[in-house]
Amino acid sequence: MFNIIATIAGVLFGFGLALSGMLSPGKVIGFLDVAGNWDPSLAFVMGGAVAITVVSFRLLLKRPVPVFDSKFHLPTSNDIDKRLIIGAGLFGLGWGIGGLCPGPALSSLAYADPRIVVFVAAMVTGILIAKRLTR
Amino acid sequence: MENFTPVLSLAGGLVLGISATLMLAGGRITGISGILGGLLSAGSSDRSWRFLFLLGLIGGAALYPILGGDISYITLNPYGFEESMHYGALIIGGLLVGLGTTIGSGCTSGHGVCGLGRLSARSLVATCVFMAVAGIVVFVIRILMGS
Repeated sequence: MFNIIATIAGVLFGFGLALSGMLSPGKVIGFLDVAGNWDPSLAFVMGGAVAITVVSFRLLLKRPVPVFDSKFHLPTSNDIDKRLIIGAGLFGLGWGIGGLCPGPALSSLAYADPRIVVFVAAMVTGILIAKRLTR
Repeated sequence: MENFTPVLSLAGGLVLGISATLMLAGGRITGISGILGGLLSAGSSDRSWRFLFLLGLIGGAALYPILGGDISYITLNPYGFEESMHYGALIIGGLLVGLGTTIGSGCTSGHGVCGLGRLSARSLVATCVFMAVAGIVVFVIRILMGS
């Protein structure tokens, strides 16, 4: 059952990213370029998404169990530690350089551009290296 | 601000929120780096939904232009790097994104969309850090490129 839900959610997420403009590194960099020709679109994407999740998550998490599973699989850590800050910092560095984060990078594989394939291959390598380092 | 697309971006954001809601109804957080990371983990037993979500992700993006959406706005090289330098930037950027999201347990979707939705202080801090660092990177590259 959850396989069907995950497929539908994946399609919605990929479609939503394309609709939002976030598949373009140009628009992402345009948002981060506060001192230049600023494009606030990314804030509207985040705002729209969080406006929904802040309400729906609250309602769902009030339930003892989710709708389509017997338990919630939530992150267990609440620590704001060095690892979180270093990881987020490295991610920000890469995001600023390439203009791509994981969602848009994977979704854009749909348009078969070699530059996206190179980015995704590098990202997968980075994930595997980090898993080895932190194990 | 001539590139600003408030209506499309807000509509896209709402669709992302609906997707994350469906996933949480199934007990899961919609963190793209985490979903991919789990798929790459040796010995993980829940590969099928992760694979199907990511396949759906690519399918959803493919569907957009088929349904008449315009993807001509996509600019893959906003800094105007030369080709070899752009490939270098994509490789370094990709490596850092993979490393950082794994070490920091999340990206724009997991910490941003879902973590903020859960009112997680940890995710708020992570989101502020990666936004601020990325903003500084853009500022520095713009200066170096003289644009």
